[in-house]
Amino acid sequence: MAYSFPEEVLEYVFAFLSSDKDRNAVSLVCKSWYEIERWCRRRIFIGNCYAVSPQIVIRRFPEVSAVKIKGKPHFADFNLVPEGWGAYLYPWISAMARSYPWLEEIKLKRMVVTDESLELISKSFKNFKVLVLSSCEGFTTDGLASIAANCRNLRELDLKESEVEDLSGHWLSHFPDNFTSLVSLNMSCLGSEVSFSALERLVSRCPNLKTLRLNRAVPIEKLPSLLRRAPQLVEFGTGAYSAEIRTDIFSNLVEAFSGCKHLKSLSGFWDVVPAYLPAMYNVCSRITSLNLSYATVQSPDLVELISQCPNLKCLWVLDYIEDAGLKALSSYCKDLQELRVFPSDPYGAEPNVSLTEQGLVTVSAGCPKLQSVLYFCRQMSNAALIAIARNRPNLIRFRLCIIEPQAPDYLTLEPLDTGFGAIVEHCKQLRRLSLSGLLTDRVFEYIGTHAKKLEMLSIAFAGDSDLGLHYVLSGCESLRKLEIRDCPFGDKALLANAAKLETMRSLWMSSCSVSYGACKLLGQKMPRLNVEVIDERGPPDSRPETCPVEKLYVYRTVAGPRVDKPDFVWTMDEDAALRLS
Amino acid sequence: MSPPLLGIEVGGRGNAPLMSSSASVDCISQSGSGLKERNYLGLSDCSSVGSSAVSNVSEEKKNNLNLNATELRLGLPGSRSPERDSDFNVLTSGKLDEKQLFPLLPSKDGICSLSQKPIVSGNKRGFSDTVDGFSEIKSSVFSDGKWMFNATGSDSGTPQSVVEAKLAGNAGINVMLSNNSSGAQPSMKKEVPTRAPQEGHNKMNGSNNNSSAPAAKAQVVGWPPIRSFRKNTLATTSKNNDEVDGKPGPGALFVKVSMDGAPYLRKVDLRTYSTYQELSSALEKMFMCFTIRQCGSQETPGREMLGENKFKDLLHGSDYVLTFEDKDGDWMLVGDVPWEMFIESCKRLKIMKGSDAIGLAPRAMEKSKNQN
Repeated sequence: MAYSFPEEVLEYVFAFLSSDKDRNAVSLVCKSWYEIERWCRRRIFIGNCYAVSPQIVIRRFPEVSAVKIKGKPHFADFNLVPEGWGAYLYPWISAMARSYPWLEEIKLKRMVVTDESLELISKSFKNFKVLVLSSCEGFTTDGLASIAANCRNLRELDLKESEVEDLSGHWLSHFPDNFTSLVSLNMSCLGSEVSFSALERLVSRCPNLKTLRLNRAVPIEKLPSLLRRAPQLVEFGTGAYSAEIRTDIFSNLVEAFSGCKHLKSLSGFWDVVPAYLPAMYNVCSRITSLNLSYATVQSPDLVELISQCPNLKCLWVLDYIEDAGLKALSSYCKDLQELRVFPSDPYGAEPNVSLTEQGLVTVSAGCPKLQSVLYFCRQMSNAALIAIARNRPNLIRFRLCIIEPQAPDYLTLEPLDTGFGAIVEHCKQLRRLSLSGLLTDRVFEYIGTHAKKLEMLSIAFAGDSDLGLHYVLSGCESLRKLEIRDCPFGDKALLANAAKLETMRSLWMSSCSVSYGACKLLGQKMPRLNVEVIDERGPPDSRPETCPVEKLYVYRTVAGPRVDKPDFVWTMDEDAALRLS
Repeated sequence: MSPPLLGIEVGGRGNAPLMSSSASVDCISQSGSGLKERNYLGLSDCSSVGSSAVSNVSEEKKNNLNLNATELRLGLPGSRSPERDSDFNVLTSGKLDEKQLFPLLPSKDGICSLSQKPIVSGNKRGFSDTVDGFSEIKSSVFSDGKWMFNATGSDSGTPQSVVEAKLAGNAGINVMLSNNSSGAQPSMKKEVPTRAPQEGHNKMNGSNNNSSAPAAKAQVVGWPPIRSFRKNTLATTSKNNDEVDGKPGPGALFVKVSMDGAPYLRKVDLRTYSTYQELSSALEKMFMCFTIRQCGSQETPGREMLGENKFKDLLHGSDYVLTFEDKDGDWMLVGDVPWEMFIESCKRLKIMKGSDAIGLAPRAMEKSKNQN
């Protein structure tokens, strides 16, 4: 068979394909394209570390320079996944250390990373450049020290919200004196103080430093020194933003900020003293991203700051902003694309701030580019949701958390079915949705009918029966991730839609009504799924088959059952049925 | 050949009325083609049963749904909790009415009796009970005898073979749908599943149980969905701002608990306990499985009862003690200081062997004496 193009040409063409979807499509054209593509794919994304094994990945893609792996299910963020569940990085690193000596990038989310892994990374990959550990855990600052000491070409070290055992701040001092390649450093999740002089010197000698996110321990008085050494910074995160009010500190800050002509993103702001916020006003006109979600500052101060940021695209803020502040936001920030409002007192019985559904409605009306919302509030109405839906049909992500579970429409006391129904009906590009409040099966009927682009759905304390789950599984064509907790969904809908599960990345169900028997059946009949029962009460077969399991995690895989399961995880498969019954 | 699966006959035959979306209907017809209904139990197809009801099913079904919705609205305004529960009650009976339209198994008596199950009132956290109610109701609603799970629930007979027999047709729901001669096999008794789920749920929602609700609002695990990092940060922030005026601090206080010899850690939220006793029982439950292994590898995992007693003995005996690391990094025995002081200063917990913990007690006492 004669090919129209030599392999090299095809390879050259494929190099322009960056999306995994495109590359996957290309690999399916014919065997030779599959071969060419697999030899030239450099970036791998593994959405579920148990869906595939390191060996399979390496066998198919022999020359990889960047790997992104996700581990635990999303609900692990809320302590629903017991400790010790899994998602260990080490087997990946040890396999890749042998096969990918030129690996440059490792980005991880919700994985368990040990100091051992970090050390192995630092010693195995000579050209290692990028390490992003997002919501990871299991390592200490000693592991960071290995990275700092050995990765001579490191560009990015980002510890986004990881849980690090903070033994000391000495790790930073391990960056060698001749190390100058740093572009991005995010240590905001660490507790200990690092040596400030080491930090200063590091910042001074890295001319390409664009992102610097400090931790809380860096005091506000020291910020000017750093900013002066890095006027090229694009993203900056402060430490604790408080000190007694002194004019010299203030004026130093003003001056230092003024020198940063390229700043676009600000974050940090723990323990804010409002009087120091104006020090930033000089840079606010260029700011596109503002993370004030730790800033316990009242609405007027927030409004004053926000009113200086006409180019704001992304705002994370506490509910101290209140409806009034959101109104101001909607009038000043017409470019706003993403808004996240976090609760300042989620466990209080009574609202402590005047933030209601009205704030969100106002923003939806005033900000035409708003596409991504995460909103915690205490009351919601169908009318508000319908208004939001009509105002913003361009919403892509809509995550609403009404703090009280099963709270109805506070005006009519009805379920919020029609409200969320309006959201999915109007927002045709919606990819991610989180529900809350009082919801019946009807909302799922709406979702199944309309949410055709929906990829991720989070459900809690909702629905009446299996019908709800059935609507979702049978109707949502693009669904990849479904996570459910405390809903009366059981065996029927799950089993009836078993085939759907192979088209999805994963399904999580906890505190629902799925029986052990159903899990066994699902596991037996669907060999390409791992059906895992998580139950801390002991082996499921010590209880009747009809007994619901605590937690169920189902995901498609080509790697077979897990070999690293803890005691409280059982894989339902053919063997299980025979072994356990 | 795709693996056979249980077909669902949601609400009886023909799902069309319930799922108005065209996509679903397509789905139905696609997978409906070429499928034969199988009659595994050698019973005659009762195609005529209730077929007269079929034609108007959609209308009636919709009306029923609407009716139910209306009934929901008639609940008491004001007090949410009781209304909510009455909602569940109403919904339950509503669904049962629907069921009478469909040629379900004759065990209407069985269905009706299910609705007598009392639902805990005024208790949002009684969700588990409600769910149990539903798991039973569901089985009656959706069962047409094809769902052998329920049937085998009560007899410990051969679930395996019966279940095997049930797997017919292709992947997905729609096996039976296009066939009118559906599942009514009257002699397939809809048996009530055992009440095991009740216990299971209550145990599951142990942490949510009202009986253990602290003085503050009962907290549901993982709700509202806020990451620990944020929770802990906010907690420390408000402490610094002196906002804590005598009431229990905001947020959770997660500390890691490790145990000598256990392969992995646990995390507990100290704010969910108000006494040492509560903490101790919770930890016992959590780490029981490790001690079972340790104290006898001959024991099979199923022997929980035996293990539980043994663990208690271990913990209260000399074998294991609970220690904690305080803000200064010192390890001390748990129990020496008042509970409030303890949770203020505890950074992590460790279950140590008694022999390793010798010498800790005096330090704790001295320290608190010095601090006082």
